[in-house]
Amino acid sequence: MAAPEISTAAVPTLYTNNALRNAFGGVLAFFILLLIGVMAFSIRLFSVIKYESVIHEFDPYFNYRVTQFLAKNGIYEFWNWFDDRTWYPLGRVIGGTVYPGLTLTAGTIWWLLNSLNIPLSVETVCVFTAPIFSAFASWATYLLTKEVKGTGAGLTAAALLAMVPSYISRSVAGSYDNEAVAIFALIFTFYLYIKTLNTGSLFYATLNSIAYFYMVCSWGGYTFIINLIPMHVLLCIVTGRFSSRLYIAYAPLVVLGTLLAALVPVVGFNAVMTSEHFASFLVFIILHVVAFAYYIKGILTPKMFKVAVTLVVSVGLAVCCAVIAVLIALVASSPTKGWSGRSLSLLDPTYASKYIPIIASVSEHQPPTWPSYFMDINVLAFLVPAGIIACFSPLSDASSFVVLYIATSVYFSGVMVRLMLVFAPAACITSGIALSQAFDVFTRSIKFQLPGISSNTEVDAAETSSATAKAQNDAVKTEKSEETSKNRPSKKSKKKEKEEKPSTKAKSEKKRLLALPLDSSVISLLLLILLGAFYVVHCVWAAAEAYSAPSIVLTSRSHDGLHVFDDFREAYAWLRHNTDVDDKVASWWDYGYQTTAMANRTVIVDNNTWNNTHIATVGTAMSSPEKAAWEIFHSLDVKYVLVVFGGLVGYPSDDINKFLWMVRIGGGVFPHIKEPDYLRDGQYRIDSQATPTMLNCLMYKLSYYRFVETDGKGYDRVRQTEIGKKYFKLTHFEEVFTTHHWMVRIYKLKPPKNRIRGKSKKSKSQKTSSTSNRAKRSGTGKKNPWH
Amino acid sequence: MEAPIRAREILGFTLLSLLFFVCRSSPSHNLLISNAERRIDLSSHIVKVYLTLKVENAGSTPTSEILLAFPPTQVDHLATVEALVTKGKRKKTTIVHLDVKPTELPDAPNETKYFTIYLANPLNSGESTTLEVLYLFTHSLEPFPAEIGQSESQLVFYRDSALILSPYHIKQQTTFLKAPSTKVESFTRVEPTNRAGTEMKYGPYEDRPSYSFSPILIHFENNSPFPVVEELVREVEISHWGNLQVTEQYTLVHGGARHKGVFSRVDYQSRPSLNGVSSLRYLLARLPPRVHSVYYRDEIGNISSSHLRTDSRKSELEIEPRYPLFGGWKATFLIGYGLPLQDFLFESSDDRRYLNFTFGCPLLDTVVDKLTVKVVLPEGSKDPSAVVPFPVEQHFETKYSYLDVVGRTVVVMEKKNLVPVHNSHFQVYYTFKPMFMLAEPLMLTTAFFLFFVACVAYLHIDLSIPSMSPRNLPKFRLKYHSPPEIPQITPRHTATFVCRRLPPSVLTLHHPTAGGGCHLISHLTIGPPPCCIMLSLLLLSNSHSLEILVEHLFVAPSP
Repeated sequence: MAAPEISTAAVPTLYTNNALRNAFGGVLAFFILLLIGVMAFSIRLFSVIKYESVIHEFDPYFNYRVTQFLAKNGIYEFWNWFDDRTWYPLGRVIGGTVYPGLTLTAGTIWWLLNSLNIPLSVETVCVFTAPIFSAFASWATYLLTKEVKGTGAGLTAAALLAMVPSYISRSVAGSYDNEAVAIFALIFTFYLYIKTLNTGSLFYATLNSIAYFYMVCSWGGYTFIINLIPMHVLLCIVTGRFSSRLYIAYAPLVVLGTLLAALVPVVGFNAVMTSEHFASFLVFIILHVVAFAYYIKGILTPKMFKVAVTLVVSVGLAVCCAVIAVLIALVASSPTKGWSGRSLSLLDPTYASKYIPIIASVSEHQPPTWPSYFMDINVLAFLVPAGIIACFSPLSDASSFVVLYIATSVYFSGVMVRLMLVFAPAACITSGIALSQAFDVFTRSIKFQLPGISSNTEVDAAETSSATAKAQNDAVKTEKSEETSKNRPSKKSKKKEKEEKPSTKAKSEKKRLLALPLDSSVISLLLLILLGAFYVVHCVWAAAEAYSAPSIVLTSRSHDGLHVFDDFREAYAWLRHNTDVDDKVASWWDYGYQTTAMANRTVIVDNNTWNNTHIATVGTAMSSPEKAAWEIFHSLDVKYVLVVFGGLVGYPSDDINKFLWMVRIGGGVFPHIKEPDYLRDGQYRIDSQATPTMLNCLMYKLSYYRFVETDGKGYDRVRQTEIGKKYFKLTHFEEVFTTHHWMVRIYKLKPPKNRIRGKSKKSKSQKTSSTSNRAKRSGTGKKNPWH
Repeated sequence: MEAPIRAREILGFTLLSLLFFVCRSSPSHNLLISNAERRIDLSSHIVKVYLTLKVENAGSTPTSEILLAFPPTQVDHLATVEALVTKGKRKKTTIVHLDVKPTELPDAPNETKYFTIYLANPLNSGESTTLEVLYLFTHSLEPFPAEIGQSESQLVFYRDSALILSPYHIKQQTTFLKAPSTKVESFTRVEPTNRAGTEMKYGPYEDRPSYSFSPILIHFENNSPFPVVEELVREVEISHWGNLQVTEQYTLVHGGARHKGVFSRVDYQSRPSLNGVSSLRYLLARLPPRVHSVYYRDEIGNISSSHLRTDSRKSELEIEPRYPLFGGWKATFLIGYGLPLQDFLFESSDDRRYLNFTFGCPLLDTVVDKLTVKVVLPEGSKDPSAVVPFPVEQHFETKYSYLDVVGRTVVVMEKKNLVPVHNSHFQVYYTFKPMFMLAEPLMLTTAFFLFFVACVAYLHIDLSIPSMSPRNLPKFRLKYHSPPEIPQITPRHTATFVCRRLPPSVLTLHHPTAGGGCHLISHLTIGPPPCCIMLSLLLLSNSHSLEILVEHLFVAPSP
């Protein structure tokens, strides 16, 4: 029949025309990818250009500090680092409680550059780690989407991801946080999983475990992977898609991945002990049972097999019941029922706000609002459904994974704002598929409608496999059981593979039937381009305006130019240079990381909120009257108290606005602090209607001390009201520093009173009783009642 | 408080004068000072002393060396001594700078330190000359009280002698002290003493023997801030591509009376004239003209409060620290800027290159306790040598900067106790071959070239290990052309391949795929050896030829 021929790899091809076209396509795709990477990097530089090359916000300062330590002292010191600058007097074992992925990555980059004699500072490397990794993430998205729906969809998805605002918000230059590298690790792990699933290659399976290990190193969000992949495996088994490739994709991941995960100190035995990981083991068992069943089926006759099935099912059910019972008992015996607070709040969105005020007090743990979806993924929200539909035609292992990914991440993003970040790549992948398919359909229609184009064009149309996949819907279905999968082609043969371009008349006829009218497809195409343009404009705006502020420097534009509020660094620099190295600074936990990193002073609590009692102690001190607060702080060796006050310039996220959380968290541990005492008729207010408890608590006093002297009325620009108690003096604290715009105020604890002085008792009673009386006197120039 | 201090002073004075009378074996009796006038300027924290000496050679031998004596407490604070002679008369006066060098004398009474002024022409016997001497003291104003509150003004002590300490007999001498304001709390009286406004006049004193000493103490208000740079590291990096990069790291401290107690921002902002008068609000740095890319930052980022004014002759950078500095408060910051190379780098006559740059601190009116100037020469430069107008400690270091291989030579110069007078030029000479400029670009080009060559090589060399074991067979590419009798392969077409080189045991083909993604293969059967593979193809479209990739070849279990 056919001329038989067999040859090893390098066979000169006869189709030079196609080869050229493919080579050109490959080069073009390469350059597009390169440009996407450049764009992903450069769109995140707005913060550096508009502000400066500086570390942003709170957590990045901690990571920066850890990286500095790593760069200075090396990896072994890093693992053993006990940090005595935080959580005084408890301290914190940094090496064992930190996800080291980000730090090690930046540390390695820094070390590499310095060994090449490129003297970049640790800070510079840290600032630019996130943009670099977002370029990597967009390339990983390309790879993943390409595995699912071909090159066109891959490029579109990569371009979308490069500028999706949700991801930009966490990866602008300077936002040196775990998520910056974790999103890359997440996508890349998924890509390797899909790749293994498509090829059945152990090589990729091993790579997949290593990528998973990197993800575990980087972010606590790795539990998403270790739950999503088992879900997908289960889905495949249930839908009868079990194959040896699925086995190879999953079994090594669980075994190797769990072993590697246990190597990370912060995870350790949690990798096998906590319930977040149980699903993967359960699916691992199921997979083996199924694989065994398939094997048995192969060696037994059908009749024997039926008998065996009934036998196994009855025995297996009994065993399963026993195992489940044991599992439930194990889970129930652990204190948090095996689930950590954050994970529980994923399953029950109201869990955190009900039981753990410290989790609920963080704004990024709140459920998002609808506008935030529009803000963060913009037009992708409309494209996602179309992408999901495209994934179903035809449904392959890979596309079913994407569908599962988007479905789960939509749920999680609805629970916690922070997890929008996991949702964004899924949205980009599905939107990329949708856009690419839509462009495909429209351009093909136009090509068919336009006169003078020969059958040559079909080749083009067929080039994107996705297009044909759609057209061949029915054909594929008949062959479902024998799903084609891409075998692992060598580099060279892959090239050859593409060179085959069949041109069949029959197919073109079929396509002609599917073609849309010319005018409608042109209009749709224009609308799609408009949609894309709108997305680009929105993303650039978000990157430039919404997400580029480093939050330690604030700016405001007024008619007479740009005002810079650099008060935080002013205060931290003051602390750094003008206090003793071992002085302890107390502040609300938000400013803990910044104080240790920028001021290099010991703090009582910081943003790693691991000890609720300790935070509650500080919260209690802040909500207590001056004397009690002084005693609490004194018992903690505190020398300075730092409060953030926005009332003068209208900075809304100051300590007075966070104060109710301090009361709640403090009251959760120390019941003598009661939230209703600070509320007047359920309303939180600081004006003359405020409760006496409120007006006498330390936070109020430290915030508004001598505030009335600025404008004579004491008008708070954040709360839009005059303050309730204007003239008062501090007896146990003294103001040592207030920044230029009053945003940070630092007070020093006065030394304990000398007991020999007989009049101390008298002055104390005076203080507590007649505040209004003294208020009048304090209007005169005298500064301090103690001098 | 005053009384014990004064008592101590008087006691010291008597002891000193006793000692001086005992050991009157001064080195050159033949010189005497016929008239001396001293003006001490106390208006800033750098004490400036202008001394006019009329020296007469009463001996028989000509001499060219004149000694200046300082008590040991003052020598530690002495920043610089300059001497000059004015020559000519009336309008034709020229100023001649004289060499001044510290000198050790074996029989110095009471650890007195000496400086020798070397005259240009020896002073013959009977001749006389007039010398102008300028010397500056740092850290000589002692705040008292040592700690002040925010609203208090700063009072300081100044200690000196009413009589000029000198190894020579002084016939007549007068000392004028100028305080910054009329607020003088107290001053020691050594009659005749007059005070007029801000100025105090001690003298004239007649015929005082050598080593006469009479301590005085002045307590006055000095509200100027005392900016002291504890440590300054200036790094000047030469790039022959046309840029001179200067980086200056400052550790600044307010050297005045320490701040005590509260700092109230509301007082500071609402009554600036009364509150924190001696606080350090801003500093002015005078930079060379044509300065570019100026930055001002500290270890936690940019400091936004700075202004740069440039004109053709100079650039002025006004910087504010992050917070106003009160007495004892510290701040660290970093100033960096770039300069055009042609303004500072020249070629000398002997074919060497030299950098001509200012030595001292560009901040106006500051004292620098320790200055380190590092000149980073380009990679490959040789024989560096520095020429500095005053004594400095020198050594060499090596620095590795962008893509260096052998490292750059760094000339390090260190000096302690600097005042703005030290802002003079210094030169660093070195030889440099322009070829070295191309080293790094060439290195980069080579690296990239090698990288691309490696890529090309990798793509063209098949690195897979060929193995004919049945388990590990190479991938097969089955090429299938439509046979001549059939014009086109149609769907549901069975193709047969005869594999010549397949070993007979290979019986199973796994997952064959065909390129292009446009056709599917459903079944394959394998015939008896010599292997004949039959693939039934399900083509979705007609085609002239196709190519099939067969990858996994498994050995079937033996029947």
